[in-house]
Amino acid sequence: MKKSLLSVSAILAASALTLTACAQAPSSTPSASGSTSSSASSSASASTSTSAANADFKACMVSDSGGFDDKSFNQTSYAGLTKAKADLGIQTGQVESTDAKDFATNIQTMIDQKCNVIVTVGFLLSDATVAAAKANPNIKFAIVDDNPAGAAGLKNFKALVFNTAESSFMAGYLAAAQTKSGKVGTFGGMKIPTVTIFMDGFAQGVEYYNKQKNKSVQVLGWDAAKQDGQFVPEPNPFDNIAGGKTTATNLVSQGADILFPVAGPAGQGALQVAQSSNGQVNAIWVDTDGCVSAANFCKSIVSSVYKGMDVAVFDTIKAAQEGSFSSDPYVGTLANAGTGLAPFHDFDGQVSAETKSELEKIKSDIEAGTIKITSAAQPK
Amino acid sequence: MTESPTPDRTARRPVRLARVDWSEITVTVFALLLAFVIGAVLMVIADTEVQQKFTYFFARPGDALTASVDKISTSYGALFRGAFGGIGPITNTMAQSAPLICAGLGVGLAFRAGLFNIGGQGQAIMGAMFGALVGFKLTGLPLVVHLPLAILAGVVAGGIWGGFVGFLKARTGAHEVIVTIMMNYIAGGLLSFALTQALFRRPDRADPIAPVVAWNATFPRIAGTQLHLGFLLALVAAFVVWLVIERTSLGFRIRAVGSNPSASATAGMSVANTTMVTMALSGALAGLAGVQVALGPMSGATPTPLTAGLVGTIGFDAITVALLGRSRPLGTVFAGLLFGALHAGGLVMQGTGTPKELTTVLQALVVMFVATPMLVRTLLPFLRARRARRAVPAVASSGGLA
Repeated sequence: MKKSLLSVSAILAASALTLTACAQAPSSTPSASGSTSSSASSSASASTSTSAANADFKACMVSDSGGFDDKSFNQTSYAGLTKAKADLGIQTGQVESTDAKDFATNIQTMIDQKCNVIVTVGFLLSDATVAAAKANPNIKFAIVDDNPAGAAGLKNFKALVFNTAESSFMAGYLAAAQTKSGKVGTFGGMKIPTVTIFMDGFAQGVEYYNKQKNKSVQVLGWDAAKQDGQFVPEPNPFDNIAGGKTTATNLVSQGADILFPVAGPAGQGALQVAQSSNGQVNAIWVDTDGCVSAANFCKSIVSSVYKGMDVAVFDTIKAAQEGSFSSDPYVGTLANAGTGLAPFHDFDGQVSAETKSELEKIKSDIEAGTIKITSAAQPK
Repeated sequence: MTESPTPDRTARRPVRLARVDWSEITVTVFALLLAFVIGAVLMVIADTEVQQKFTYFFARPGDALTASVDKISTSYGALFRGAFGGIGPITNTMAQSAPLICAGLGVGLAFRAGLFNIGGQGQAIMGAMFGALVGFKLTGLPLVVHLPLAILAGVVAGGIWGGFVGFLKARTGAHEVIVTIMMNYIAGGLLSFALTQALFRRPDRADPIAPVVAWNATFPRIAGTQLHLGFLLALVAAFVVWLVIERTSLGFRIRAVGSNPSASATAGMSVANTTMVTMALSGALAGLAGVQVALGPMSGATPTPLTAGLVGTIGFDAITVALLGRSRPLGTVFAGLLFGALHAGGLVMQGTGTPKELTTVLQALVVMFVATPMLVRTLLPFLRARRARRAVPAVASSGGLA
């Protein structure tokens, strides 16, 4: 027994030797605290004069059960918080929820940590956030992707919602213009408003193209009239990449050559299908610019419908810190660049100049209200 | 708790979990220590800042060592504070552990009858579903009527969900492991579907989220704390389970069937009936766990509304809780409290930059070491020597603790 213990410690020592190169110790003493030095330097680059006041300000975030590494809306929202920490030199705090019964507890933890503004992510946290906002009038609250009716009249509560039907409408038009088979496909992660809003916009964009060009491009995977379509199979549909791949393959076998997956990480299944099709099938990504967040698939991504959750979170924190926080809901639209179509990247040469100018026209028409998009899921 | 005469001891053996004695408690304590030591090592490895200091370990070892000690002490300090540091955290630990205790009792009860109830998850989902349904659909009832009704609905729903498996096993011989696992999927799918239907969905919303449970169906709590009726119910449930197992003829039948079904049948007991009743009781306890999450008030005073993920992984954690508690009611209560503490503390530990996944790893390490005393004794030889010395008197005294 002694022998085995000895060998374990020997292995540990050996690995310690190999893992830790005999590097020089940093000479200056203050670098002992790495975190403070890095935040100090970044705030210094932003503005040295205000950093002292900002350092007392604390912005916090509570994730839903997806966690901040979900490659989807939690992660994008979290990017807004980390940007605020870097650019404004403020303190931050965050806590991830394991499951639904943690929501209220986690918000309370953030309140106990004396956060000045608390951002929660996702409609599941809605009730807990509103209750906390009512109980703590001196703390500002914001929630991403929900505008709860119960929060009406609360001065310290802000809803951050996105009318992604507008940008998805453009994506639908683009898909219809790019398809060679005359069929485009979409599928969702779950039948919830924040997903179906994309699918509604997409389908109406295709419809608009058909009307304008007198064509008959078909949308597979979503019936806007019936509000029903293709969804990734349970369980955990948003994380089920294999399920996303099956669903995408199903659409491709029905003839779709442009895919619009609205399923968070599971949408990567569609990108895999597109990548292995030798350019026959391509995809339009959602939430973030796919050429940045899923760069290895860039050659299969025509464009992306981005949803600026990071920008909205950052702006909210900045406003709260500057004292200009307002309880009016933030609605991300094409007009305020809260949502939109990301660059074409590798497809820049393949999308015709005509389509590009038509998309510009559509964008201004939507902003002006001449094109009306109807989706039950749109933020009111 | 005193030991019953001979049949009891034979009944326990097949469940494969040895009698608790002092040497076993020592092993459990060292198992916990071992888990925390490994957790500390992982914590240091996972932290990039500390890691960076190890790159010049041989130039100035002090930096790396103080950083490691700092890291470990702040993280475990936060874990401890989050679980036991004051009335808020302590009551939070109790609130977190209550559903785990209930579901763990259910799984443990089934173990005693030689049944592996992997379906705690599905039974808890049904309990939460129907507890919440009665909770938000009925209005205007007084607390003394509404709350018991909601609890009853959930417990009965869980009992039926579990009892059905017992029925299938008793009548057809269908293996309960397969059936309960499949019933978990069915319950999960049923809940997801139900939340899209008018009966369960909140009227003003299109998301799959149920209305908030009526105040009169919410567990009463002590204001300003997380301590609510649920924890009391869990303790009562533990006592009742103990009473049933140790002091009733049903409990005797459960233990007898668990130890040797053929012998029990020969002795004139109905194995089929015992199986059905045990599974129904087991399901009812898991259903009570579901009721706990559906009706238990969280910090915001109201219960978390019913959603697809509300039950979390209680049904699966319950299996580990039951194993950890050696399928004994008192053991299950302590195991549930340990899990509740780890969970409550883990949420606070995140504040120190330790990822929440580490709490899960810690839980798994704890369970692994506690459930494998031989492994701990092999890693820590001095425990083995101690056990050998005590082996003889242990048989004579036969002091059961839990």
